[in-house]
Amino acid sequence: MAAAIDIALPRPSSTPGTEAAAPVKIVVRDLTVRYGDTVALDAVSMDIPSHRVTALIGPSGCGKSSFLRCLNRMNDHIPAARIEGQVMIDDDPLYHPAVDPVALRRRVGMVFQKSNPFPKSIFDNVAFGPRVHGVRDAVQLRGIVERTLRQAALWDEVADRLERSALELSGGQQQRLCIARALAVDPEILLMDEPASALDPIATAKIEELIHELKSAYTIVIVTHNMQQAARVSDLTAYFYLGRLIEFGPTERLFTNPTRQETEDYITGRFG
Amino acid sequence: MRPRRLGDIIFRAGTLGLALSVLAITGTVAAVLLLQSRLAREAFGWSFLWTSTWDPVALRFGALPFIDGTLMTTFLALALAVPVGLGAAVCLAELLPLRVADGLTFLIELLVAVPSVVYGLVGVFVLVPAMRSVETAVQNALGFIPLFSGPIYGVGLLTASVLLAVMVVPFIIAVSREVLLAVPQTQREAALALGATRWEMVRHVVLPYARSGILGSIFLALARALGETMAVTMVIGNRPEISASLFAPAYTMAAVLANEFTEATDDVYLAALVEIGLVLFAITLVVNAIARLLIGRVQRSPSAAA
Amino acid sequence: MTPIPGSYRRRRIVEGVMFTAAGLATATSVGVLLFLLGYIAVHGVAALSLSFFTNLPAPVGEPGGGMANAIVGSAKILLVAALVGVPIGFLGGVYLAEYGRGSVAFWVRYAADVLNGVPSIVIGITVYALLVRPLGHFSTFAGGVALGLMMIPVALRATEEFLRLVPDSLREAALALGAPTWVTIMRVVIPAGIRGIVTGLLLALARVAGETAPLLFTALNNRFWSPGWRAPTASLPVMIFTYAIAPYDDWHRQAWAGGLVLLMLVLGLNVLARVLMRGGAVRSAG
Repeated sequence: MAAAIDIALPRPSSTPGTEAAAPVKIVVRDLTVRYGDTVALDAVSMDIPSHRVTALIGPSGCGKSSFLRCLNRMNDHIPAARIEGQVMIDDDPLYHPAVDPVALRRRVGMVFQKSNPFPKSIFDNVAFGPRVHGVRDAVQLRGIVERTLRQAALWDEVADRLERSALELSGGQQQRLCIARALAVDPEILLMDEPASALDPIATAKIEELIHELKSAYTIVIVTHNMQQAARVSDLTAYFYLGRLIEFGPTERLFTNPTRQETEDYITGRFG
Repeated sequence: MRPRRLGDIIFRAGTLGLALSVLAITGTVAAVLLLQSRLAREAFGWSFLWTSTWDPVALRFGALPFIDGTLMTTFLALALAVPVGLGAAVCLAELLPLRVADGLTFLIELLVAVPSVVYGLVGVFVLVPAMRSVETAVQNALGFIPLFSGPIYGVGLLTASVLLAVMVVPFIIAVSREVLLAVPQTQREAALALGATRWEMVRHVVLPYARSGILGSIFLALARALGETMAVTMVIGNRPEISASLFAPAYTMAAVLANEFTEATDDVYLAALVEIGLVLFAITLVVNAIARLLIGRVQRSPSAAA
Repeated sequence: MTPIPGSYRRRRIVEGVMFTAAGLATATSVGVLLFLLGYIAVHGVAALSLSFFTNLPAPVGEPGGGMANAIVGSAKILLVAALVGVPIGFLGGVYLAEYGRGSVAFWVRYAADVLNGVPSIVIGITVYALLVRPLGHFSTFAGGVALGLMMIPVALRATEEFLRLVPDSLREAALALGAPTWVTIMRVVIPAGIRGIVTGLLLALARVAGETAPLLFTALNNRFWSPGWRAPTASLPVMIFTYAIAPYDDWHRQAWAGGLVLLMLVLGLNVLARVLMRGGAVRSAG
């Protein structure tokens, strides 16, 4: 296990060597995921540091999305999935009989590839999480909605029409709404599964800027098939191939001077 | 444009003609109802709808007992059938593994196909005696309430409502399940990822998303219940009187048509019956139109403000 | 290890209660089906005998009566129904699928929907007014027409739906080879969609096979054989109804037998239709 110094260093984080200094938020050990006979993840081990952006890259079907879904136990809802190994957040194991996934998902939020707002008002979308977890007070809810919409850089655009349907927003706005919705339950970790892949370049840039701002408050793990995006946005990058973790390290080093040949092949575009 | 050949012209004209005949047939149904009820409509006017005398001897007719009976049985039947039907639909769409759910749905869809007279058969010989016992027990405990008062025959409004509910439940299950399965998986995942329990996901996300479609299925079930004839007439008692008690015999529009149509010797009598048919036709038309509207909305997109 | 806070426990309990209720609803529904089928099977089988299928109804009190005339009568009525409903429904559906794009098609579909929603007893009234009253007598023919009218919307929708599923590439290939439109439709498109269409027609037939109400004042009933097509005839559903509400035990027994036979017929057609559909689906998915 990597030695962790209990100091959360402020940004910027591309200076090599400082990555090992951030405390570890998520510890993954020998994580294996099978869907029926197919092995989607093969004994993956990783330490994901706190308050950093960790990117997962690799060709389609390499297991990065499966990995992400293990971190909030969304794989539980796939009947054929079998999971071995351990995932720990702040030394609390996730895969443990006493752990209620519902409680876990307050700590670990998720944003999906294609934005999926509920066919409700903007306000009700963001308030959904807090309401479900028991927040009833109208003042409190309004406060949460405003706070998270500001965090998601969407407040200025929707403040005057919170009662309107979320489906009226553009694609990029909907995705930011989904981010606000995920933040509304006050998670510690934010998982993002190709959050900008369905968006145009301008909307993508806004999302990337958002990620940059959010990492001071949250630990972010992002799956992306866009290497340039990974390079722009993340502090650490993990390269997956065919279910195995090939290489994991500081982003700048991985992209400019990868240790493994497979990583270099992928990055230089020899395949995938 | 290809040159038109004789074969094409004939074929197209032929199929068009047959398609148009559907229009003609539907129009004829409406026309017959209007024309054949003219005598009664002229004799009784609009008061036909709220008069409760049904006297074939004195030739004074009012449809209120039948309208009341139809509405009461249908309303009660849906009150029983909708919770059960929706509950089962949720279980089959969200809880059970797909293979099991598909098998059970197949069985339930067979129930939809069982003929009305067969339901009536079981109704007469099984349900009526059972309801007699149940109603007696209820009356012993709560007989002071007007709803549960009066002589108990076994046949009556409540029995017919229960039988109708049994007939309508499979239909609600089948259609509602389809509607629920059409809710995109991404909506469910969004709710679960926010920390909702599966029930909260169903209640706050899946059901609201499917709301139009489910309402549509309820209206379709309503339309079916309105037109049910045989099973109802076998267990409702066929008495053209409005009573406060659920245990009293009653009559529905479809049932009186089934029983008295061939007995109607007088022209006005027949016209009154046809007018009842007209009213029934009109009500089912409206209900079906509402159902179509609701289900059409589901197919376009979910309601924007749920 | 953080223990589960109380609020989560309460939410989980609510979830358990609601899902248990849903499961009970499902069990009840399936239970009713099994009870229904079982009850009819037990009582129907007990009453079945060869004489049920071969004998005419006997006078009250005499044993050995059967429903032979009702079975034959139903068959004749359904034949007429098919002759009325299939051509209009099928060929009308062909028009809608292959030619229908404008408002004519829209109104035809709307009319079919309306017709589908008309209560069956009202259809009976219409046919009574058109084919019974003017001619002065009830008839097998009138009964068949009433049921045939009810078949039309189901046949129409099924035909249109399954013809639309046939890919345009097939049509284009045939047309490019020089086949006229109507030959393309008859020889290429319809055969491609025939499985679904036949399924739809079977379901339409199954739906009307069990109908009683429209026959009550078109074909009426008959305690004897009904010659030809222009006399009133017994039919299985009407016999069941008549016997069930009569006060004679022997007639009740026969009603059960009739109910079983009718149920088997209707469910059999339904299952056949579905098996046909699934067989096709499996093949084309491969």
